[in-house]
Amino acid sequence: MSDENPTVTQATLVKKAAAKSDYKPADVSPQRRVQRSFAVRLWSIRHSRLLEWFYARFADMFLLLHPLWKGIGYGRVEAPVKFIEKRVKGFMFDCRMCGQCILSSTGMSCPMNCPKQLRNGPCGGVRANGNCEVEPDMPCVWVKAWEGSQNMVNSDRILTVQKPVDQSLRETSAWLRVTAQAAATREAAAAPKTGAAA
Amino acid sequence: MTGRQRDENPAGIHLPLDPLPGHTSRGRLERVLRRGEFAVTTELNPPDSADPEDVYNRAKIFDGWVDAINAVDASGANCHMSSVGICALLTRMGYAPIMQIACRDKNRIAIQGDVLGGAAMGVANMLCLTGDGVQAGDQPGAKPVFDLDSMSLLETCRIMRDNGKFLSGRKLTTPPQLFLGAAVNPFAPPFDFRPIHLGKKIAAGAQFVQTQYCFDVPMFKTFMQKARDLGHTEKVFILCGVGPLASAKTAKWIRSNVPGIHIPDAVIKRLEGAQDQKKEGKQLCTDIINEVKEIPGVSGIHVMAYRQEEYVAEIVDESGVLKGRQPWKREIRRDDQMVADRLDRILHEDITETQVDMVKTAH
Repeated sequence: MSDENPTVTQATLVKKAAAKSDYKPADVSPQRRVQRSFAVRLWSIRHSRLLEWFYARFADMFLLLHPLWKGIGYGRVEAPVKFIEKRVKGFMFDCRMCGQCILSSTGMSCPMNCPKQLRNGPCGGVRANGNCEVEPDMPCVWVKAWEGSQNMVNSDRILTVQKPVDQSLRETSAWLRVTAQAAATREAAAAPKTGAAA
Repeated sequence: MTGRQRDENPAGIHLPLDPLPGHTSRGRLERVLRRGEFAVTTELNPPDSADPEDVYNRAKIFDGWVDAINAVDASGANCHMSSVGICALLTRMGYAPIMQIACRDKNRIAIQGDVLGGAAMGVANMLCLTGDGVQAGDQPGAKPVFDLDSMSLLETCRIMRDNGKFLSGRKLTTPPQLFLGAAVNPFAPPFDFRPIHLGKKIAAGAQFVQTQYCFDVPMFKTFMQKARDLGHTEKVFILCGVGPLASAKTAKWIRSNVPGIHIPDAVIKRLEGAQDQKKEGKQLCTDIINEVKEIPGVSGIHVMAYRQEEYVAEIVDESGVLKGRQPWKREIRRDDQMVADRLDRILHEDITETQVDMVKTAH
């Protein structure tokens, strides 16, 4: 075969990229990293204000449907909702399904895409061009998060100190969990009144 | 004896100091900072060895020049003696170590255990870090943990100290008494977020912060201005990171290979133009300290002289930041001195020391 003109296969691309950095997060194969482009993710961050507005409506709608979810059973709707959520958020934000979505607090930039999975702000290793220390070709998730958050109405949400990730919630639907919690607090707020009356 | 130093427990140098009102730890560093003195901290180059003497020899060169010594936790993701191990050795000898905890190698279970263990050994200061990525180190195939991040780690330590509880809510019989630290890097993007990020760290529990190497004083001044405007300097002690560069070549290497260190071209030009680059690097460090110590809100410096530890004393001395104050120094105690003298006499002088001989010579 011709050594001067080797065929460029997907595997060669992967190998080339893998040599650049030995860092392999458990869920990102070098294969996937080669194929990855950040265009959609960056679009979402640029339009963080629109998405924030949209998500607020969307969450309200989900809460309105609470009787339906409850009727079918949260356990039973989990699988189909997760299926959709994973694909939609995966496409829009490169979501990693941590199950405890904080996109509204991080300028619509998913912090789980950070190789260190930092949820509270950038590390000290951000490159001068604003790219990631670990993956030199990727814009730092937190540089983008800061830009995105400044476009949003609730731009101060980025200041909340986030709790450590609860790993047991991985691969579960954040939409349903938030809805169930919101419904529970709503009921709890209503309950003491009836309790006092009784 | 008058030889007892300030900030030393009379019952033994390895014991914690008396608690003071308003102090959260029983360590020396918090006392120095709260008294308003300009603090000096440094970093111990961790040995690749199992010999405790290696640690003691490396700590000895800082004697009388620094208030606390950072025990690094595999910095740059390179494997060395653990920070817990170094702290165990240093606390025995009365040193005030700052135990660094990086989130790269340990999950929350291991970290909380180490916090308790460290505090029990007498570690009063803990520095909560995220840690460099494993790709930066000598074993890039390692599994990165990053279960917590620096912020949630700070909060975890604060909860353990103030609420006396683990993250799970389980109670501690004796909570650790700690002075909590964090790291900030004013020299990496997003620059306008960095001071706000510091505020977040304060909210999470940081009481002192050490910055990344400062080679760009104007940039640091802008950061400090913003931090003062936000009122951070009243809530946190800021120690500015400084250090000598060995040569223009190392400076260039650091700039392109070590994440998060910003070295302006002017610095490299100055080093290149010098006759003796090593000396110039030291001079540059002293100059930066002299500029930095004048910035309002800076409570001290953190001298990182990797593989040039012998210069720390000179740099601190030449910059005059201690203003004549001498930090705690390990001294030979009076009883130790008596034993040493006596032993010396028995071994080297030809004298009779047994009772029988003494009686004979008396006649």
